[in-house]
This record gives sequence, C-alpha cells and structure tokens, in this order.
Amino acid sequence: MTARKYLLLLAVAVFASCGDACLARGMRDFGAVTAANWRSLLGALANPWIVCGIVLLILFFSTYLTALSWADLTYVLPATALSYVIMAGLGKVFLHENVTPSRWLGIALITVGVGVVAAGPSHTTPAHQARHGHRSAVDAERGSDL
Amino acid sequence: MISAQTWAGIAAIVATATAGDVLQSRAMKQLGDLSAIRRARGIAQVLRRVASSPSFLLGFVFMALAFFSLLITLSWADVSVVGPASASLTFIANAVAARIFLKEHVDGRRWLAACFVAGGVAFLAR
Repeated sequence: MTARKYLLLLAVAVFASCGDACLARGMRDFGAVTAANWRSLLGALANPWIVCGIVLLILFFSTYLTALSWADLTYVLPATALSYVIMAGLGKVFLHENVTPSRWLGIALITVGVGVVAAGPSHTTPAHQARHGHRSAVDAERGSDL
Repeated sequence: MISAQTWAGIAAIVATATAGDVLQSRAMKQLGDLSAIRRARGIAQVLRRVASSPSFLLGFVFMALAFFSLLITLSWADVSVVGPASASLTFIANAVAARIFLKEHVDGRRWLAACFVAGGVAFLAR
C-alpha cells in the first residue's frame, strides 16, 4: 500500500459523507416522500443541494471503483469507515441534527471494527493475488511500479 | 427510536447496495488496476472498458436503485442514523456476499470487525 492509495481511500470517505450530507440538506426542502407525492423526487433533482450531492457522489463513485480495481470489496468498505464519523459531524454541525452520546459510541464501535479490517491485507482473491504477485501486462508495458 | 418505515427503507438500501457492490467489485477485478490502465492508455480507454462491462452495467442499475432508496429514506429520518446504519449493515451483507460470490477470504479478523460494526449499529438505533 502506497501513500497515494491511502489518500485515495480517504477521498472515497470524504466524497461519500459530504455527498450524503448534501442530499440530506436538499431533501429537507421537500419534506417526506410518500406514494402520493413521489413525483416530488423529480423536482428534487433540480435542487442545488441535490445537484451538489450528486456531483460529490460521482466523485465518490470514480474513486471507489479505482480502489476496487486493486483491493477486495471487504477491504475497501471498512478502510473507508472514516465516512461514518465525517457524516455524523456534518449532520451535527451543518444540519443541526441531534447526535446523542450513544450514537457517537455506535460510530466509534463501527470505526474500531472496520479499523481492524483495514490493518489486514487489502486483497485475498486468486485474481488479485495473481495480479499483484506478478507484474501486470500494463505495468510491464509501461515499465512502471505502482 | 427508528420507525418500522425507516428500517424498511434501510433494508431496501442494504439489499440493492450489496448487489451493486458485489457486481461492481466483480467487474473491477475482471478489468484490472484502473490507475495503471489510465497511465498506460489514457482515461478514454478506462471509461470505454468500464462502460462495456456487463457486470458494471448491472451493478450500476442496482446502485441507482440504492440511491433512490437512500433519497427516500433520508426524507424520513436523520442522515446521522440512515447513513451509518445502512452503510454498516451493507458492510456485513457484503462480507457474506463477497465470500460466496467473489470467493474473497473473509477471515477471523474480518468477522470480528463485523461484530464491532453490528454492535455499533445497535447503539446508533437507540
């Protein structure tokens, strides 16, 4: 794991949490969605907060896919657990949500749990082991070392 | 206290997000390291390869379903509950699905983490 790869995992967490916070802020302008007024969801797509949230989630998606291309799914998800803490912080500071001590404890437990996984190997599948055990065709072509 | 309606929304997010994650992980494993491909062949080649992967496209459909499930559920409950609860339960569902469908080695360390995450979700729901 290089510093660049850890930075990419951090970017995944930041984009995911900021994107979700923007969506939550945007949905406050529309109230509860029910079967009777589901069409309000289409109007939500023109809300600046929702648009901002979608842009951030596109950035999340691209960094997430890149991470998945060199690590296991069961590594990438826990390794980006910082997003839980960022999300709760954003909810408290910008959306004025009530984050109780028990919720903070829950977030701490989740972070510890996923931290345990992040300390382990990033890839365990035969496909990844083969790829990382031997230089890929692209690496060999470029003569580069990731 | 989280309502039954919110739990149903969270369950929908978890089911669709897990299907999307597993399909996308399978697609990326098949394609190889995207950073290396981008450096060697350019971003256009990366986009072309990703967009032509059947697993990615099907995974994208499930991610879209997860997105709208999230959007609806966020209109019912706080982001600090819906976000962590759905994401952490998706993590547990993904651990099971990755072992079955992706043949990942989900060892004791990863199951221990799943227990911490489950405990964390219980506190979040209080």
